[in-house]
Amino acid sequence: MPPPSAAARHARFRDEVGAVDQVGIEERVAKYTTRSIKKASKVWGLKLAVGMTDLTTLEGKDTPGKVDSLCRKALSPHGAPDLPPVAAVCVYPAMVRRAKQRVGGTPVKVASVATAFPSGQTHLRTRLAEVRGAVADGADEIDMVINRGAFLAGEFSRVQDEIAAVVEACGPAALKVILEVSDLETYDSIRAASFLAMEVLRPGDFIKTSTGKTALNATLGNNQVMLEAIRDFYLDTGVAIGMKPAGGIKTAKQALHFLVAVKETLGDAWLTNKRYRFGASSLLNDLLRQLEKERTGAYQAPYAFSDAAESY
Amino acid sequence: MAPTRRGPAPRLIFGDLWPFDPAPETADPKLADRYQLFIGGRYVRPRSGQYFDSINPATERRLASIPRAGAADVNAAYAAATAAFRRWSVLPGRERGKYLFRIARLLQDRAREFAVAETLDGGKPIKESRDFDVPMAAAHFFYHAGWADKLEYAAPGRTLRPLGVVGQVIPWNFPLLMLAWKLAPALALGNCVVLKPAETTSITALKFAGILEDAGLPPGVVNLVTGAGETGAWVMGHPAAAKVAFTGSTEVGKAIMRQLAGTDRRMTMELGGKAANIVFDDAPLDQAVEGIVNGIFFNQGHVCCAGSRLLVQEGVAARVIAKLKNRMRMLRVGDPLDKNTDLGAINSAAQLATIRRLVAAGEREGAELWQPEGRLPAQGYFFPPTLLTGVTQSHRVAREEIFGPVLSVLTFRTVDEAIEKANNTAYGLSAGVWTDKGSRILRLSTELKAGVVWANTFNRFDPSSPFGGYKESGFGREGGRQGLLDYAARA
Repeated sequence: MPPPSAAARHARFRDEVGAVDQVGIEERVAKYTTRSIKKASKVWGLKLAVGMTDLTTLEGKDTPGKVDSLCRKALSPHGAPDLPPVAAVCVYPAMVRRAKQRVGGTPVKVASVATAFPSGQTHLRTRLAEVRGAVADGADEIDMVINRGAFLAGEFSRVQDEIAAVVEACGPAALKVILEVSDLETYDSIRAASFLAMEVLRPGDFIKTSTGKTALNATLGNNQVMLEAIRDFYLDTGVAIGMKPAGGIKTAKQALHFLVAVKETLGDAWLTNKRYRFGASSLLNDLLRQLEKERTGAYQAPYAFSDAAESY
Repeated sequence: MAPTRRGPAPRLIFGDLWPFDPAPETADPKLADRYQLFIGGRYVRPRSGQYFDSINPATERRLASIPRAGAADVNAAYAAATAAFRRWSVLPGRERGKYLFRIARLLQDRAREFAVAETLDGGKPIKESRDFDVPMAAAHFFYHAGWADKLEYAAPGRTLRPLGVVGQVIPWNFPLLMLAWKLAPALALGNCVVLKPAETTSITALKFAGILEDAGLPPGVVNLVTGAGETGAWVMGHPAAAKVAFTGSTEVGKAIMRQLAGTDRRMTMELGGKAANIVFDDAPLDQAVEGIVNGIFFNQGHVCCAGSRLLVQEGVAARVIAKLKNRMRMLRVGDPLDKNTDLGAINSAAQLATIRRLVAAGEREGAELWQPEGRLPAQGYFFPPTLLTGVTQSHRVAREEIFGPVLSVLTFRTVDEAIEKANNTAYGLSAGVWTDKGSRILRLSTELKAGVVWANTFNRFDPSSPFGGYKESGFGREGGRQGLLDYAARA
């Protein structure tokens, strides 16, 4: 039997994956925000979130000095001995070697965005070369962007083949596939793109909401669509894919809501940084501030935390 | 290159890796030890001198003493209402509207207090009384306050006049909200009211007397009498009533109708239900599952329009049931005052016995029972969320209203079969349709014989949307323009 045409594959895939009702899913996630997480359960959740953070700097003005500072913070977020380090530092490929020097040999991983992040609009060979280069420099994890142009043009096979090529280029490095949800726009498309990626990923790879470079990033709604896709895929195949919401999660309270969603959708096995990450930068200090508040009973001034952007 | 599965079937672990600490709502419900009847704007002792206890169903402990109104008390309430009607009925609509606005705002001001009282007395989870019952009750007063001075637009060409004194009896599942559904339209039109709350849940109604006082509502416009079925029968049968409105079981509704047959009494009956929640194979399944859960486990299933019969298309039945079970594992049953509780206490020992009896009957008739693991509190009236699969149309659990957290699952093959099965019931209060096809929704909304048909949602309410039944689910509407007209004299 000849392979189906791009159009036929597109239609068939959409049908197989199924639809998402926007009103319904937003009602569902609103319930997460009414969960009341107090006392010991709050502290546990906050610490878990610290250990799930991919501490990120992705700016044109990044320098070795900035990366050093980020790595220091990643290894020892607030000096407290019972506080875990973050999961990873996430940098541009040019900074991978520097980051690896700083956190190599520690539990903190080096993640690098690649594939012409954030737009992905360059030749596949260039994108793959970028991935190989980052891995060669010591990246433990690669955050790629999917080809949204191809997705929106209905070329699902091309999107998937490119992801598969990046998987191969990653070698031993774990892969996080950024769907860039704000470009896909609808929940139906986010679900379809999640499946396109998962079908070619390895256990332990991730799907990720966004680059953080667009107006709309991680929300409880698109997080939920992706968690449900991961759940359905896992129950169907036994392959456990991880999830990384990125961008827009700035407060500890938000992070706890996202974790409640994980607990109630995927269960205990995903409450680990091997399967769930937060792509964030300012979130970390709010987590630390809330932990200090639980410990001491009082909120500390912003300048009590290193690298705090806000001040008096 | 879809990976192939090896080893045992994957399953999700919903354990206690991250347990939630207790998060009790701490607002003071400001309960009195002993309540009095509210007649003619005054708090009066029942002539009989008798009181009964209101119990917290989550702890089985006494909350307060509730007066048992006798025939003489009901007479006094009707006399006070009749006297008040002369002035209240001719008050300009905008003046009546002011009182209703005031009542709505006062209820909002005291929302937390009323939510805690409602949860203590009825057993419903605090998140529901806080996020649904109390705000929705206030919304009904706001909505009808808006109508009070616009009645000439409600029925163009007709001058709407009040009926007189209205007798109202309300159920125990949404005590404060049902009070609002009944009082607000009656008052907006200029009627006076004698209202009896349910025996097990009188506290918020009696607390509400305080709001009526604070709002400065003229004495006698609303009178509250409490007691059991006997008291209800006196309220419904009183000769001074121009209309009676009842929400409760079909059995009691029929008794009231028999009692009033041959009189010129107008009636609104909002009775039982056995709603079909129909899931087609093209539905967004996760959202359908959420709707199924919301349809049957909302308020422990103590909802007359609960989606208690799940009709699922055979092709997706296994997947829907598997998803539903995973979702049910996440439901937290326990202390109704805990903000994380999803299912609270069953309202009374009697209702718990009814649920147990019907579930046992379902099992005896061959239905397969499934309940998520997890312990129930040692004290209080609790029942776990329950799934009965393999149910057919002739099972009792598919025909009788259980009024508890029990879902009967049936399957169907075609659209016609779904409609046939959905309508094959004595009831017709509500129905749900889950499909991605708009045209199918439109077809089912006309062919399903139910007062409300929800599409891709369930248990959604709004003061502007009329609610009421077909067949043995009753007649008359509450809410919206239609509900308003049910409290107006025929031109």
